[in-house]
Amino acid sequence: MENLYREIILDHAREPRNWGVLDPADIDYEEYNPLCGDRLRITIRIGEDEIIDGLGWSGEGCAISQAAASMLGEEILGKSLEEVKAWTRDDMLALVGIPLTINRVKCALLSLKALMIGIYGQKIWDRMEMEDED
Amino acid sequence: MTNRSGRDLAEIRADFPILAEEHHDGVPLVFLDSAASSQKPQAVIGAIADYYRHTHANVHRGIHKLSEAATAAFEDARRKVRRFINAESRREIIFTRNTTESINLVAQSWGRSQLKPGDVVISTVLEHHSNIVPWQILAEEIGFTLRFLPVREQGQLDLAEYERILREERVRLVTVAHVSNVLGTVNPIAAMAEKAHDSGALILVDGAQSVPHMPVDVRALDVDFYAFSGHKMLGPTGVGVLYGKRDLLQAMPPWMGGGDMISHVSLDGSSWNELPYKFEAGTPAIAPVIGLGAAVQYLQELGMEWVHAYEQQLTAYALERLSEVPQLELFGPSAAKEKGGVAAFRLADHHPHDVAQLLDAQGIAVRAGHHCAQPLHHHLGVPSTTRASFYIYNTEEEIDALVAGLYETLRILG
Ligand SMILES: Cc1ncc(COP(=O)(O)O)c(C=O)c1O
Repeated sequence: MENLYREIILDHAREPRNWGVLDPADIDYEEYNPLCGDRLRITIRIGEDEIIDGLGWSGEGCAISQAAASMLGEEILGKSLEEVKAWTRDDMLALVGIPLTINRVKCALLSLKALMIGIYGQKIWDRMEMEDED
Repeated sequence: MTNRSGRDLAEIRADFPILAEEHHDGVPLVFLDSAASSQKPQAVIGAIADYYRHTHANVHRGIHKLSEAATAAFEDARRKVRRFINAESRREIIFTRNTTESINLVAQSWGRSQLKPGDVVISTVLEHHSNIVPWQILAEEIGFTLRFLPVREQGQLDLAEYERILREERVRLVTVAHVSNVLGTVNPIAAMAEKAHDSGALILVDGAQSVPHMPVDVRALDVDFYAFSGHKMLGPTGVGVLYGKRDLLQAMPPWMGGGDMISHVSLDGSSWNELPYKFEAGTPAIAPVIGLGAAVQYLQELGMEWVHAYEQQLTAYALERLSEVPQLELFGPSAAKEKGGVAAFRLADHHPHDVAQLLDAQGIAVRAGHHCAQPLHHHLGVPSTTRASFYIYNTEEEIDALVAGLYETLRILG
């Protein structure tokens, strides 16, 4: 249990970084977790050289999905769109870094899903989902 | 050829508890009706019992340990099925109730959204009703044209006619059985798929009688949709599979709405969940799916090459022995190599119900009737046939018993 709710997760969940949506924003996208109805909205500003120089998000969800969104936001702020595009499901699961059971993987991936679809469209996410082939 | 597990026939038979039961008092069971539904090995019966005994909870949404375990077992079965037919992704494996539902899914989702008046769908005369009626219902509604490929003397499809229709008409879909459940004809699916694609049409294959009996590789065949039933391949009733190429499935609308298949629901509208869940509305058949996973594993432990080779050997023996019986007319290809493990026949002009009844009295279970293929029987010029079908647990002695039973039937009916 401590494994799942390790301090770093609780810390991000209690004090989410980059909380609150940006207005105006270049990207503003909301995604849902079909299993539980959790919601996550992500807003992004894109600066020179396609660098993400502003990011804010809001949402309702479990500690895992909120902490994951917070960690993802910290990670990609200041990165280029090209770098972000290379992210995979496995990168995200590694970032969250806790052993997730099959029904919780979706929680950890919700923010990545919102980010990817928001920036690059549904197709890229469909492809990423398909990476989980077997 | 020996099977991969190195086990002999007696050991395989011992895996199927029902085979040890007496059919009637003192009369052992000779089960020759696997094409309708196969018997189940203890591995499958046990997997289902264990699941209900130790693991049952609803899948996908639960956070508790049981739901996690049930979800893991359910999805593990999907992976086993994926590998079994060599689909590219587990997301291309949709669980349905059976072959019938898989075909209806394609008709109602792809067909309803894609087919227009003037389009053509090609089916064949040798189809099971489940690959005829869904298309008739839809054709009636939409006004597309349904064409049926005729069969030739020995039960082979008329491929010249196939190419002609593809060339001359606006064909959108070809829907055909891989193996006929009456004649046993093995249709040339890879070649038919290539020709369909060359004409811009898709191909849906009814694999109800192929997946249980031979190696099937959906990517090597390059089919767009492939349907089959769990209960004919040692698995439980209540679960079937639709394989579809992901891009096609992705673009198709759902056909049933409800829980599990949504991404988000509001009273103004809803959006759809990702594959395969978009097509799996409601609580799925969890225990049957897990049982199907166990069945697939059992078959793979034997090896599908062996399953196919063993059945061909049995079928060759059956065709040879049956041809000795006077007044018996066999239908379908006469060479075992060209057919699946079924033998449909008429015995003199006796009604198949009477033949089956008299065989049953001798412990021999066969099927009598039109086998849900009335148009084919119409083509054969008989209202019905008697059908013996074979699977991994059948023996040459059982075929001898069938032949002896037929002589006895002739003696009684005259
Ligand atoms: C060739 C063929 N197609 C379809 C079916 C229908 O299978 P199910 O009743 O499991 O949907 C059968 C079974 O009898 C069959 O033999």
